[in-house]
Amino acid sequence: MAARVRELQKHYVLKSETVRALRGVSFDVPEGDYVAIMGASGSGKSTLLNLLGCLDRPTSGSFVLGADDVATMTDDELSQIRASRIGFVFQSYNLIPQLTVVENIEVPLYYMGQLNNKSRKRCKQLAGMVGLGDRLDHRPTQLSGGQQQRVAIARSLVNDPYFILADEATGNLDSVTTEEILALFQMLNDQGRTIIMVTHEDEVSQHAKRMIRLKDGEIQIDQKTEDRQTFPDDVIAKISMDADTSAQPV
Amino acid sequence: MLILRTWQLGIKSLLLHPMRSALTVLGIFIGVASVIWLLAIGEGISKEAQKQIEDLGAENIIVRSIKPPDESGANMRVIQAFGVTRAEHKLLSTTISTVKSVLPIRELPTKFAYTGNPNAKPIDGRLVGCTPEYAEVTRLKVDRGHFLTDREVISKSGVCVIAANLASKLFPSEDPLNKLMYLPEKKEFYKIVGVLKHRNATAAIGGSLASQDFSLDVYIPISTMKSRIGDTEVKRTGGAFSVKQFELSQCTIRVDNVEDVPRTAELVEATLRKDNANRQDIAVVVPYELLEQAKATRLMFMMFMGLIAAISLIVGGIGIMNIMLATVTERTREIGIRRALGGKRSDITRQFLVETISLSVVGGLTGILGGLLCPITVEGARWLIREGAPAMYANMPEVAKIMTPEIVPISIPIAFVISVFVGVIFGLYPAMRAAQMDPIEALRHE
Repeated sequence: MAARVRELQKHYVLKSETVRALRGVSFDVPEGDYVAIMGASGSGKSTLLNLLGCLDRPTSGSFVLGADDVATMTDDELSQIRASRIGFVFQSYNLIPQLTVVENIEVPLYYMGQLNNKSRKRCKQLAGMVGLGDRLDHRPTQLSGGQQQRVAIARSLVNDPYFILADEATGNLDSVTTEEILALFQMLNDQGRTIIMVTHEDEVSQHAKRMIRLKDGEIQIDQKTEDRQTFPDDVIAKISMDADTSAQPV
Repeated sequence: MLILRTWQLGIKSLLLHPMRSALTVLGIFIGVASVIWLLAIGEGISKEAQKQIEDLGAENIIVRSIKPPDESGANMRVIQAFGVTRAEHKLLSTTISTVKSVLPIRELPTKFAYTGNPNAKPIDGRLVGCTPEYAEVTRLKVDRGHFLTDREVISKSGVCVIAANLASKLFPSEDPLNKLMYLPEKKEFYKIVGVLKHRNATAAIGGSLASQDFSLDVYIPISTMKSRIGDTEVKRTGGAFSVKQFELSQCTIRVDNVEDVPRTAELVEATLRKDNANRQDIAVVVPYELLEQAKATRLMFMMFMGLIAAISLIVGGIGIMNIMLATVTERTREIGIRRALGGKRSDITRQFLVETISLSVVGGLTGILGGLLCPITVEGARWLIREGAPAMYANMPEVAKIMTPEIVPISIPIAFVISVFVGVIFGLYPAMRAAQMDPIEALRHE
């Protein structure tokens, strides 16, 4: 089990008023799952994302990652677990501008204290896997949006996470690049990676295996995706092939 | 590896804004350099003052004769004698037990010429009547020949010893030894028996002791001066006469033990003022007391200089803080990313501290280099003023002309440590502010 969420509640106190952003959410994410979390704005989607990403602690309920309950962790322990077991992919890529591609991929390892030549090699392999093996020393500003997002995906994989948490990962991309990124996700999922994707676009969520729809802080729908869209094998194979060729030592 | 990476990253971030970083470094540079500069100049000035006082001799007491101001419409027929007398000289040397010896000195400005070169314009100089001990007390060194001897004093010989500068002016191409020196104002001749080495001038000390320039001096036995020149000086300036009558210009009293100096000085004062407590025509100067005073003043001076320097360092520190606060705001997004990717609060604090410390260390190191240039720069500036604006140079205080800044060695590590300290102190607040940011908010920051 990648993650187990039980009766998760999150309340915000704004002046005298208490906003109940999440009102008891429960679900499991088995390993190898591919979940799309949907919902209108104000549905509690972002709150759930912050909790799943260990950026915040729930007011009540439990969120078990592996063997640890995140609800009881200190700030430093949360940082530790973010560095070691969660892979973030953001809408606006969120690469660090002064670092190169390979250095950006290394950041979580830096905070885990595991920088060495072996890890550097792994980062280069990951860059190759997302098709950027020839761009290792480029800065984010020298890359296109799609390329930046692929760096972010490589970065999310570097710490071998419980799951990849993608927050509107295709929101800033055109339709062609969106397809590329979604194909990449599918490939990763096929390889056994667990993916949790937050989105408000139905077309995007169609690619997930499962869809959770939130409304007013509660789960409205939690079901297998009907008519799941998948990329044909040859497309995936092509990505894998790109990956294979660029994963060669530079 | 990790630490190295942290520093690498910090420097990389700073180099993203080279101009901004350079200006911030400049603030610290000026602070550190000014610490070293001010302390070096302070040290140079006080060393110079101390040296000048020591040149007078800490074990000496100096009694100077002072010409009282002319009373308006003074009657020329009644000539008022002033100053310390030969009788007093004798009294001082015989009655006070702690006194080793008393040097009588009589100084007279006059003109000098060389008999072998009658066409040359006579040179203004100073005729000094003294005893052999004078050379020892005023630290005059003989270059050639010999200084006045006891025998010459006793026999009232017509001999003289001349200073190096005067020798080279009067005898540009001849050996002055055994030549005859002519004093056109006195119609006197003296045989030159010795030439001195160059000696630096002493600066004035307080109001009681004028600066002494030894470069144009001619020394003759005090006994010769008394018998040949006498005690009365008549000067004609324009149409008016001015008459001075004095026996001695100065008595330098040598004391056996430095510890006895203050007590002896009191006795000297009491002896000289026993008839007239308000006597205005003498001044007793005690270099030992001045030295003690100078030491106390020096400490104050250094503290004052240090304070000024500290203020400039604080200003530099505020510059750092200002920039870092702006940087933190500007990099809120980056802080959010780093927190999301597992950076602890302490990691963020460390990252920004590393940047401020880098800035202040670079400022500190360049500041030390700038500080070490102080003596050269001061020398250069002095040269520039001397060559470019001689009039201004002439009006500069004596101490500014001869002072050499002396780098205080301790000021270098102190300046460096303070600069790092300033980096930490002024960097800490921005760094903690960065670390206290909520990662969720920071990630959302545009």
